[in-house]
Amino acid sequence: MGFSKDFDQGTPVVTSAEQVTLTIDGRAVTVAKGTSVMAAAAQAGTQIPRLCATDLVKAFGSCRLCLVEIDGRRGTPASCTTPAEQGMVVHTQTERLTRLRRGVMELYVSDHPLDCLTCSANGDCELQDMAGAVGLRDVRYGQAGQKHRTGPKDESNPYFTFDSSKCIVCSRCVRACEEVQGTFALTIEGRGLESKVATGTGDFLTSECVSCGACVQACPTATLNEKSVVELGTPTGVVETTCAYCGVGCGFRAETQGDRVVRMVPSKRGQANEGHSCVKGRFAWGYATHQDRVTKPMIRARITDPWREVTWAEAFAHTAKELRRIQETYGKDAIGGITSSRCTNEEVFLVQKLIRAGFGNNNVDTCARVCHSPTGYGLKQTFGTSAGTQDFKSVAKADVVLLIGANPTDAHPVFASRLKRRLREGAKLIVADPRRIELVRTPHVEAAHHLALKPGTNVALINALAHVVVTEGLVKKDYVAERCEGADFESWARFIASEVNSPEAMELHTGVPAAEVRRAARLYATAKNAAIYYGLGVTEHSQGSTMVMGMANLAMATGNIGRDGVGVNPLRGQNNVQGSCDMGSFPHELSGYRHVSDDATRELFESLWGAPLSKEPGLRIPNMLDEAVGGRFKGLYVQGEDIAQSDPNTRHVVAGLEAMECVIVHDLFLNETAKYAHVFFPGSSFLEKDGTFTNAERRISRVRKVMPPRAGLSDWEVTLGLANALGMNLSYSHPSEVMDEIARLTPTFTGVSYAKLDALGSVQWPCNDKAPLGTPIMHVDRFVRGKGRFMLTEFIPTQERTGPRFPLLLTTGRILSQYNVGAQTARTANVAWHDEDVLEVHPFDAENRGLRSGDLVLLESRAGETTLRAVVTERVPPGVVYTTFHHAKTAANVVTTEYSDWATNCPEYKVTAVQVAKATGPSAFQQEDRRRDVALRQVKRGADASR
Amino acid sequence: MDSNKLVHMANQIALAFRLQPRDEAVKLTAEHLKAFWSPQMRQELQAHVAAGGAGLEPLAKDAVAKL
Repeated sequence: MGFSKDFDQGTPVVTSAEQVTLTIDGRAVTVAKGTSVMAAAAQAGTQIPRLCATDLVKAFGSCRLCLVEIDGRRGTPASCTTPAEQGMVVHTQTERLTRLRRGVMELYVSDHPLDCLTCSANGDCELQDMAGAVGLRDVRYGQAGQKHRTGPKDESNPYFTFDSSKCIVCSRCVRACEEVQGTFALTIEGRGLESKVATGTGDFLTSECVSCGACVQACPTATLNEKSVVELGTPTGVVETTCAYCGVGCGFRAETQGDRVVRMVPSKRGQANEGHSCVKGRFAWGYATHQDRVTKPMIRARITDPWREVTWAEAFAHTAKELRRIQETYGKDAIGGITSSRCTNEEVFLVQKLIRAGFGNNNVDTCARVCHSPTGYGLKQTFGTSAGTQDFKSVAKADVVLLIGANPTDAHPVFASRLKRRLREGAKLIVADPRRIELVRTPHVEAAHHLALKPGTNVALINALAHVVVTEGLVKKDYVAERCEGADFESWARFIASEVNSPEAMELHTGVPAAEVRRAARLYATAKNAAIYYGLGVTEHSQGSTMVMGMANLAMATGNIGRDGVGVNPLRGQNNVQGSCDMGSFPHELSGYRHVSDDATRELFESLWGAPLSKEPGLRIPNMLDEAVGGRFKGLYVQGEDIAQSDPNTRHVVAGLEAMECVIVHDLFLNETAKYAHVFFPGSSFLEKDGTFTNAERRISRVRKVMPPRAGLSDWEVTLGLANALGMNLSYSHPSEVMDEIARLTPTFTGVSYAKLDALGSVQWPCNDKAPLGTPIMHVDRFVRGKGRFMLTEFIPTQERTGPRFPLLLTTGRILSQYNVGAQTARTANVAWHDEDVLEVHPFDAENRGLRSGDLVLLESRAGETTLRAVVTERVPPGVVYTTFHHAKTAANVVTTEYSDWATNCPEYKVTAVQVAKATGPSAFQQEDRRRDVALRQVKRGADASR
Repeated sequence: MDSNKLVHMANQIALAFRLQPRDEAVKLTAEHLKAFWSPQMRQELQAHVAAGGAGLEPLAKDAVAKL
């Protein structure tokens, strides 16, 4: 837990099969060709003094501190911009270099405040370090003349300060914003002594800065510094862990003082993010210690009673008794549970074990039901396994990227930075999205095609693209013949070549000009490497699974599966949604995606668990709620989800919850679902436990405990407590033992252990005897199912239609600063950017309704109505409105309907027919919900609790 | 569960397989219902068919007969 900084070799790591050997200060060093002299020296253990260089960004050569002498060369070249060459003899420490470096440092320090002892970066300042390294003892230039020591300080950003008086204009922040993040929010303004770092608007908060923190990480002084460091001081300890936000799964260094987090810094060893981060993972971790955290178990007989704090023992005994009472009264199948995609693999595994072996049924589901369940179904049918095909790095080899129904700059920002970097290098982008998302046109990035399809017509579009491939002779015949089922391909090719699937015929549905579809199809099909990345804009439709299969068809037909730079890649929503699916959270599958009806698999589990398992699929979340309304489903254990806010048709969800007799909510906060609960188990944040998360690239990464659980137990221990109160007699002393059990029972995990994860940093499943170091890219020589299978993907329009009463289509999504239901981010300073959900309306539709930006509007569908503020924007096309669901007070899901994907019941969040009109106040639902917020969240504490 | 909802979902599944040869489509629809629907949901759909099967696509109705 001692503190050490991430190693920085000064210039980016170079990979090359070719190597060169040079001599540095008398020592022979062998490095990859293209490595700088500075990095070569660092790899040999010699840190050459530097200020403008960091391995986060390309060499710049401006500070003149890293000068070296090279035999046979004149002058003193900068080591950061000089490539290492075979036979080169380098000297990093000579009298001449010492003199020159001291002179350079003298100039820097002559215009720098000399307040080191009270400076927030004291002990963590490269300028300070370099002054020491070069032996600076005196500054000869005096204090007169023009200085920057009283320069202005920008404290507008909630998370970091910009103190211009401490800036040495090294451009590291500007270059990090450009090269690492790809936002181009910063520049150097002015010339000579007037040079200064500037934003477009004059301050960070209102500028285009996305607060990813790359500039703060790159800054060598206290100029850009975390406010938490300014307040608390520099860290003294560090724990490597994994972010608990989106499915990118960034590796982080939790930098601490004792058990207090001082800052979260993206780790260069994080193989998903390689040292980059976004505003959520980097800064929005304050929810973990927020005053709203509930830290004591609570129970109540009725939801209208106030909560009563109890001991863990009482909570477990009471809950077990209630669950058994319900089963005795209503039957074994009257209870179930929901695992959390925000919890660890080990916690998820234990919850589904509790339900299958303890409850004695398969009524277990997970939030993937409402996001990527169609990915699981569609990719399993076509490729043979329910996961994306690539690692994130792979995008660096893509020549064409087809981005469908995903908005990575908001929802998967660190992947978006990788993608933008590749696009700046010349790769082409096709965006298929009703909205004009940022990647359609952003600094140094412009999509070759924006296929602005009408919501609900994805399958029509993917069929039209495939039609062009088949009818214009663009199929990779050799690949298909070798890798895919021949009869299925022939059948599919005949189907897709029919005129009904042509771009011209489909234009009537999609609204996308046929000629543009044809150009996009040719671009994708003729690329050396073409990759598909997609999000919930694909899955959350009545044909979500069909669309996933349609994308797989297109990729197979063009030979774009099984190597670097290609693939079909879901951008998963929550941090562990891949893992929660892998761990057997679906009611029809045990871990590793094996159906419960498979006798051999079931017997394997039964033998280890010592309990009989049902061979019938259980209820999915919407089925549980339907059955509850129908009076047959009476008890639900919800770990780390908030279905009353996140799931569609809120009124129906609430009706289901109210109809139950024992709802157990296990969460950090008294969330919306907890208003209808009878038991509350206080949860633990990702900082309070050990475990693993699996990200969208199937990467299993360690989560490590940074602080003790505030409620005394980590989540896995709570599930264990309940299981044992039910008589299961489970015994684990550490989550690593749960992972060992997962490895014993799951063929794709047999090679996974904490020891291996600690040694390698992370591994991507399958990780077993065939692939002991994991599998970055899948289906390389053959598909998991053997041969790839083309599926027929008829376009069947959704039954959700516009009409005179509801003439607009609502589609929903996410925004950069907020996450899911806002349980975490809404309790952080991220509300500075987004403190309420708003409704995007096209100017044409706004004009017709007399709406202006800022107006309170009523959003109404056949399911319900809510009110929120309008933003008039051309980001949405006419006829389409858009909002997010991050804030409970907006209750966006009051409006969404229960229409769902045909194969998986994933809700059709992306298509709801609505009307919008000016409002005068909150909707009836919102008024009632606000009353319930108070009435159903009362807690009796202390002496009151015993009465 | 509300029989209208079961009928709607079963029809969706049948439609997704309707391009297959008829016998295959019936088989795939039945297999999907067995693989993903709880026994109680299947029984309720069977009861609905026994009561006339109002609103159910012929393909879905034939699939229910295979359960």
